[in-house]
Amino acid sequence: MTIGSTPPRYRVSIDRDQCMLCERCVEECPYGVFRRNGERMSVNSRQCTACHRCIAMCPRDAINLEEQPVDYRSHPVWTRKVREAIYNQARTGRIILAGMGNAGDYPVIFDRLVLDACQVTNPAIDPLREPMELRTYLGKKPSRLEIRNGGGDDVELVTELTPNLQLETPLMIAHMSYGAISLNAQLSLARAAAATGTFMGTGEGGLHQAIYPYQDRMIVQVASGRFGVDINYLERGAAIEIKIGQGAKPGIGGHLPGEKVCEDVSCTRMIPVGSDAISPAPHHDIYSIEDLKQLVRSLKEATEWKKPVFVKIAAVHNSAAIAAGIARSSADAVVVDGFRGGTGAAPRVFRDHVGIPIEAAIASVDEKLRQQGIRNQVSLVASGGIRESADVAKAIALGADAVYIGTAALVAMGCRVCGTCYRGLCPWGIATQREDLTARLDPDVESEHVANLIQAWTLELSELMGAAGINSIESLRGNRDRLRGYLLDEGILRVLDVKPVGA
Amino acid sequence: MCGIIGVIDRGRKEMDGTQIRRALAQMNERGSGEGAGYAVYGCYPEYRDCYALHVFFDNIHENKKEVDDLLEQWGRIVHEGQIPTYDQPNLRKIHAPWRYFFKPDRSLMSWSPSPEDDIVTHLVMRINTDHRGALVISSGKNMGVFKASGWPEEVADFYRIQDYRGYLWLGHNRYPTNTPGWWGGAHPFNLLGWSVVHNGEITSYGTNQRFIRSYGYHCTMFTDTEVVAYLIDLLVRKHGLPEKMAVRALAPPFWDEIDAMGERERKLNTAIRLTYGPALMNGPFAIVVANPTMMMGFTDRIKLRPLVAGECGDRLYISSEEAAIRRMEPGVERTWMPRAGEPVIGRVNG
Repeated sequence: MTIGSTPPRYRVSIDRDQCMLCERCVEECPYGVFRRNGERMSVNSRQCTACHRCIAMCPRDAINLEEQPVDYRSHPVWTRKVREAIYNQARTGRIILAGMGNAGDYPVIFDRLVLDACQVTNPAIDPLREPMELRTYLGKKPSRLEIRNGGGDDVELVTELTPNLQLETPLMIAHMSYGAISLNAQLSLARAAAATGTFMGTGEGGLHQAIYPYQDRMIVQVASGRFGVDINYLERGAAIEIKIGQGAKPGIGGHLPGEKVCEDVSCTRMIPVGSDAISPAPHHDIYSIEDLKQLVRSLKEATEWKKPVFVKIAAVHNSAAIAAGIARSSADAVVVDGFRGGTGAAPRVFRDHVGIPIEAAIASVDEKLRQQGIRNQVSLVASGGIRESADVAKAIALGADAVYIGTAALVAMGCRVCGTCYRGLCPWGIATQREDLTARLDPDVESEHVANLIQAWTLELSELMGAAGINSIESLRGNRDRLRGYLLDEGILRVLDVKPVGA
Repeated sequence: MCGIIGVIDRGRKEMDGTQIRRALAQMNERGSGEGAGYAVYGCYPEYRDCYALHVFFDNIHENKKEVDDLLEQWGRIVHEGQIPTYDQPNLRKIHAPWRYFFKPDRSLMSWSPSPEDDIVTHLVMRINTDHRGALVISSGKNMGVFKASGWPEEVADFYRIQDYRGYLWLGHNRYPTNTPGWWGGAHPFNLLGWSVVHNGEITSYGTNQRFIRSYGYHCTMFTDTEVVAYLIDLLVRKHGLPEKMAVRALAPPFWDEIDAMGERERKLNTAIRLTYGPALMNGPFAIVVANPTMMMGFTDRIKLRPLVAGECGDRLYISSEEAAIRRMEPGVERTWMPRAGEPVIGRVNG
């Protein structure tokens, strides 16, 4: 029996009256949707990924795109998604790969939380006229200060502080490796981080020489494959991040297809050209929390205790207890990556079904650390599914010190969230290594776009804080009194420790 | 809105409550007749070594025995009795105010460096979180808080505040928004030696409250002022910060100012902000806090509430309004407006 072809996901059509046969679409589309056929353009819709590159570049607005033009018989249980997955697996016998973040139909908790503003009894603060402080320090803080009092103004600080990262805004750019994204994309992000006084992650892909000028803005990652890791790499970074897990695929390692491993990527990652870069699920030297502690300390010893070490985990059921364990190692920050975190490639079953949302994870981690009196031991970074400045404000009010943005930063460079990153043909020059495609991304232009986004969110965050009568980010952090839940159930309200609207 | 006032005599010369009653009434424009209170230091010299626990009972017969038993478990009640009150036509007596003079048994918390204070703090938190018809409203030595719902004159006459004498007084005239009519919601708030009067609303309450909870302090009064007393107790008593540095933590300089400081100052101020960031109090406030040896007033970092200081001989006055100070001491020699976040401190001599 033959399964036959499944209906096309998209239908591309061309308005023949508008089209002037310039063939720009043929040039722009790396998937081969368009072809000049005599005096008309012909279209192969089956190749389309809805990346919108042709639509964005068509000088005549002649291209139209329709999603799911052919319906299956509708059925509430046997959805299109599950049916197509079965056809696919019946044909291949393989695990289905997917890109971007969780596409499951789960409610977004952020969208069920509302922020507070001042009226009468306390004045709102106008950020245009009054100072507004968003500066954030990531790293260990002492639980108390020892100050020697010599009487009068003569006071002396006895406590020595450990190194912290100083951010001018509580937004950082998430780890996206050179390999998963292009050098031009990484360079744009690095310049934006430097311009806005924040930091970005290298991902598990080493540090390319072109990024060296921005190395004091880079958080270098040590993941289970140890790709690109040597002492030179560790010493160049402003901080080091051990990646245990990732929100998009908790419990499994990374996968960079060999097609993306060109000469340059091979050098930076320290692997042969064209070989798949597959990181193992666990770190092979970490089989317990004590082992993690040793790795943290080894990295600190290697860099003379000058650099903060972060540990990133995927948000899973037991994140709070795991974070408490990490806080007891010498780590300076815990990064929690929620199940909406993006990825270049992940098994679909993991992406859509494993892990928990960042909102609940941050709330429970913050609470657990406080209960144990060790919240000061680590900073808490929220990542995975932060889409706008309100999400940043809510994540911080739930207890995060700062957030990482990944997908949002890519969208600022043109990404249309088509979710086809794993094919290495990104028409926007982001998730690809093909030279003609990466050349489309101009770091001078795109670094400005990303910096603009960070600046705009920072401004919005200032306004939200000012409206809440708060002029310093530390007074928003963990201030769950300034959040209310709208149509959230009692159980989740208890986890978030947030009152319902009207209460 | 609320009106606050405090006075300290550095030479420990005593004042009765007549003047502060008058000064507080001067600020009736700032109140609503739904809460007023006084704290006085030096009022129980005969029991100076005992913790004076002022307790509001909902009902003496039902609720008192439990508190008696608890206190006796942890120490000795040296003396106790009703706090004398005098009916006022417009003041509804909804609680029975009681006072214990209590000596904790040090040996029961011998591991602590300050066993007596820690036992009393534990008892206050315990009684106030149990919600069994008893609320401890003050717990210091040789001092007491007197408060109720009503205008300042009525509350003063209810307790005959003019009959108490002390070298340090705080007063508060309340315009409630959170818990109108509830006696427990009136100021001053107190824990051990610390008393606080506060005008404003702390927008960082959630952050402060969560921070202080991880050190064992539980906010039970449903109002933001309470957290101030606990923060100061933590910073000064437990962490040993000089008072000025504690204020630096609660209302720190802006980063721009810190960046412009010399290296030593910058390091100190950065360390304070990093370590005590969650203690930073945001939102509009003017606060006067006192303990047996000093009184201190300060405002939020951008001074969204008024605060005036005045001096006359050995006496330092801090208030929301100069008029109130002048009502108390017409001959005041000097008055000034402290800058935002800058503490005004008066200490007893010697």
